[in-house]
This record gives sequence, structure tokens and C-alpha cells, in this order.
Amino acid sequence: MEDRPFNDISYEQFLNEDKLMGSRCRQCGALSVPPRPICTKCYASEMQWVEMRGEGKLAAFTCIAIGPPLMMKEGYDRKHPYVAGVVELEEGARVVARVEGVDGSKPETIKIGTPLRVEFLHRGEADDAMTFLAFRPV
Amino acid sequence: MRRPRKLGREVALVGAGMSRFGMFKDKDSKHLFAEAFNEMRSTVDKGIDPQDIDALYLGNFTNDFFIHQGHWGPIISDLVGLTPKPATRTEGACASSALALREGVLAVASGFYDVVLVGGLEEMSKRNTEEVTEGLAMAAIPYEVKAGFTFPGVFGATATAYFSRYGANREHLMNVTIKSHNNARLNPKAQFNVSIRDIMDQKIERATRKGEPVPEWTDEKEFLRDPKANPAVAWPMHLYDCCPISDGASCVLLVAGELARSFTDAPLYVVGIGQGSGRGLHAKEDLTYFEATRYAAQEAYEVAGLRPEDVQIAEVHDCFSIAEILHIEDLGFFKPGEGYKAIEEGLTGLHGSKPINTSGGLKCKGHPVGATGTGQLVEIWKQLRGEAGERQVPIRDLRVGAAHNLGGTGGTCTFTILERR
Repeated sequence: MEDRPFNDISYEQFLNEDKLMGSRCRQCGALSVPPRPICTKCYASEMQWVEMRGEGKLAAFTCIAIGPPLMMKEGYDRKHPYVAGVVELEEGARVVARVEGVDGSKPETIKIGTPLRVEFLHRGEADDAMTFLAFRPV
Repeated sequence: MRRPRKLGREVALVGAGMSRFGMFKDKDSKHLFAEAFNEMRSTVDKGIDPQDIDALYLGNFTNDFFIHQGHWGPIISDLVGLTPKPATRTEGACASSALALREGVLAVASGFYDVVLVGGLEEMSKRNTEEVTEGLAMAAIPYEVKAGFTFPGVFGATATAYFSRYGANREHLMNVTIKSHNNARLNPKAQFNVSIRDIMDQKIERATRKGEPVPEWTDEKEFLRDPKANPAVAWPMHLYDCCPISDGASCVLLVAGELARSFTDAPLYVVGIGQGSGRGLHAKEDLTYFEATRYAAQEAYEVAGLRPEDVQIAEVHDCFSIAEILHIEDLGFFKPGEGYKAIEEGLTGLHGSKPINTSGGLKCKGHPVGATGTGQLVEIWKQLRGEAGERQVPIRDLRVGAAHNLGGTGGTCTFTILERR
């Protein structure tokens, strides 16, 4: 159905299309998100694209007060930390993403295990357009 | 089944030196390496003629980016008068000089060289914090960078996963910081050679002198809980959980085991070396340990024929406080989930049963990234030879020490075991 190469460029293109995609090994069935061109379980290189449902739960997080210029430009700073997290997808893979809809200045209110749903944050325009993977509590 | 790993012949460490670590406007990479080299020479009891050095292995990570100069092997070879002998630069992010050490050890163990100089250097402080952060991010995982993770952020997230699984909390991180400062207070080479108590006293004194409100902290933890004194960087990592930006250099002299006694009557032997590689947060086996460290440790123990309980002291890569807790578990010193309890009980203090980071660690000694790996060995050298002065650990018959170095967010980890015989 999809003949895009199994690389990060395709992964980013899919994010632009509001799709969180991974690769599944045609030989052993191992799932990788982001996709891999070579299966690290069985070393086969025949893959197929699979779309994640976008449901998961928070496995780890941090509230970042001192971030890179990109995040500072979005208005985050020491008084308004943003949250980055590790999300366990219901399909079993893990992804890193921004966590929206939680208060980075109150880390004690953010709980590991919180159910989350995917969001796609579109930033910039034309050649500068980028999509950031994010999750928000259900 | 692969055959057991072993070194082709014995390799001894017969000299070790480091510059002071810190932020220096008036010292460049060459100046710092010269300091380290001169100190190393002064520690070789029976002397070393630099003309007898066969090759140089040198770790460096960010000089290309920060001072727009790469290709440091020949520059340092020329600095210390080794040209035209070979000079090889190694890069493994914050573990760059531990990789240099490994190459040097393998070169001597193979029989190819007899005398090898191994070191590392880094010059970081001439850039502002944003630029340093951007430079260090060259060793990050791209997916994590895009999600907004910083280095403290990756370790912060690691801490939340560890806390959630094992019931630890921020107070346990503070125990690491307080211990590191107590040790560094006794280390004249450390960037922050002051205890937390000293820092509190300084701040109180300054406020009193200026007629400002005087802080009323009852103890070190109350100071560390104070967001004014210890602001969040990437929760739960706060300022005092993070190692500083540093300049520095370090080096050690390796020789073939059979030549060791012609350099010193108290050589150390490199009995175990190990190295592993690891994956990012999205792909690693588990969020609460470093797979590369476990692999490196297993390899080093196998080569040495030793077990974790045989290692009496260790320097571990505490780039962030939580990292020290994970490392002492991954290296087998304590069971998973028990590292933070061991620290709380004082077992890893200078007078504990397993002293960790007697130098003050990266947190307080400083972390000029390429110089850290061999810098850790300088501390083990001093301790095993009973030359660590006020911070000498009181363990009787101290023979075995080790150093653990980590690059990036766990992508490259090494473990090196030294033994005095």
C-alpha cells in the first residue's frame, strides 16, 4: 500500500499527514517506531508500514525549564516549563514526544501511567513546516 | 558461544596526571594538556623519557564545534614532542578518552607498542550556555532533540521512571549531590571544591554583608529544596543535580606489563576493560538502566576474572545525580532498585564500604567531556597508591579500583578495572 522507504524522512512526511507510522518486519513481525530498514530482531529487511492508533500511556517525563531556542521561541521559559515524555503505545512500541495539556510548573501533578492520545503539532510554513509528535491526557 | 575475552599481555599504568578542571579564560587546550602531561611525568617514580613513548591516543569531543579546530592528535603530539610518532583521536562523546584508553590498552596488549600516552582534553567555557548545549546535543538522539529533550531532560525522564518503579524520590538525589560536594571539598583539582554547607555559609555571609534577607536553611537538604538556591533545570533535575561546563585535560602512561617495574615500584595493572553501545529512550530495553554499562561491566569483569564485590572503589559517570544511582546498580555493586538506599545509608561515602566518586565526580570535579575518562583514572591511581591526601579512603589493603565512563545519553559506556599488585 505504501512504497515509501523505511527511513526518518518518510516518518516525518507521515507526521505531516497526521499519521504516526512504524515498520513491521515481514519475517518475524517485530514492530519499530520510528521505522527501521533492517529488523534488529531477525535481521530481515522486508518491512511493511503500519499506522499506530495513537493511544498510549506515560512511561517517563521531564519538565524542562531551560530548553533549546526552538522551544523558547514558543514561549516556554523557566517560569513556564514544557513537558517532554516517553510514551508506551498500546501496540507495544515506545516513542518520545511532547506532552501537552499538563502543567510543567507542577510536576507533582503529572503521573506515570496516565493514558494519552496522540496529537500532531504543525509549526512553521512552506519550507520551514514541521510537525511535532505530541500526546495529551485522554 | 564466543571465546572468553582476554588481553594478549599485561598492561600497566605507571603515571597519571590532570590539569585543574574549571572555567579558564586564560588557558587553552594545549595549555591544559601541558599541565596534565607535566603532572603525569612527575608521577612516574623512576622517570619517563618522552622519546620512549611509541604513540598517542587522545579523546576529544567538541573542540571542532566550540573552537573550530579538529584533528587534535598531531597538535598534541607536537605539543609534547612526540612527532613524527602516530597520534590518534577518538570520539565517543563524553566517553572519548575512555575509548582512547581502550585503544591504547589493546595496542600494548597486542604487543605492537610498549609505551603509550593516553589522554583527553576539552575546551568548553569560551562559549555561552546555549552554544554549549547545542554542541553537546551533537551526541543526542535526534528523535529526543525533536521532542524537546535536553541532556538533563533525558536523565530527568530516566529519574521519573526509576522513581516510579522503585519508590525513590528527589530527596535521594540530594544525597548524591551532598556526598559529591563533601568529597570534592578535599580535592584541590576540583572545579567546585566546596561542600554544600560551605556554599550555604557563603550565601548567608553575603546576604548579611549586603543587608539582604538572610536565608534560614536548617540543613543541606533544605538548601537544595529552595527553588531560589537550586532552581529546576529539567525536573526532577535541578541545578545541583547537574555537572558544570568545564575546561580541562588529563592523561595516563601505559606500558607493557613486563616493563612496569622499570618505571615504578608501585604500578597499577589494567586488568579489565569493557565497552558497550546503547539506544535512545524509545528503543532501549528498559528506562531504568543503561544496557551499554551492563555490557561493558560484564566484559570488564570477564577480562579481569573479578566480580563486582572485588571492586573496592569506583569513579562513575555522574553527569547527573540520577546517573550515579543507576551506574552503581548496573555495575553490580548494588541490586537494581537498591542503589539509592545504599547511598542514603552512606555506603558510597568516603568512609563507606564502597566509596564512589571520591574525587567529587563529574558534578564537582568538573566535566571537560573528552578529559573525563582518563581523569577518572587519575583519581583511582591516587587512591590505589595511597596518594589521595585528605580524601584517601580508609580501606585497608586497597587493591582494586575501577572507572565507569558514559557518552551521550548512554550510547557509549566503558568500564575499566585497575589493580595494584
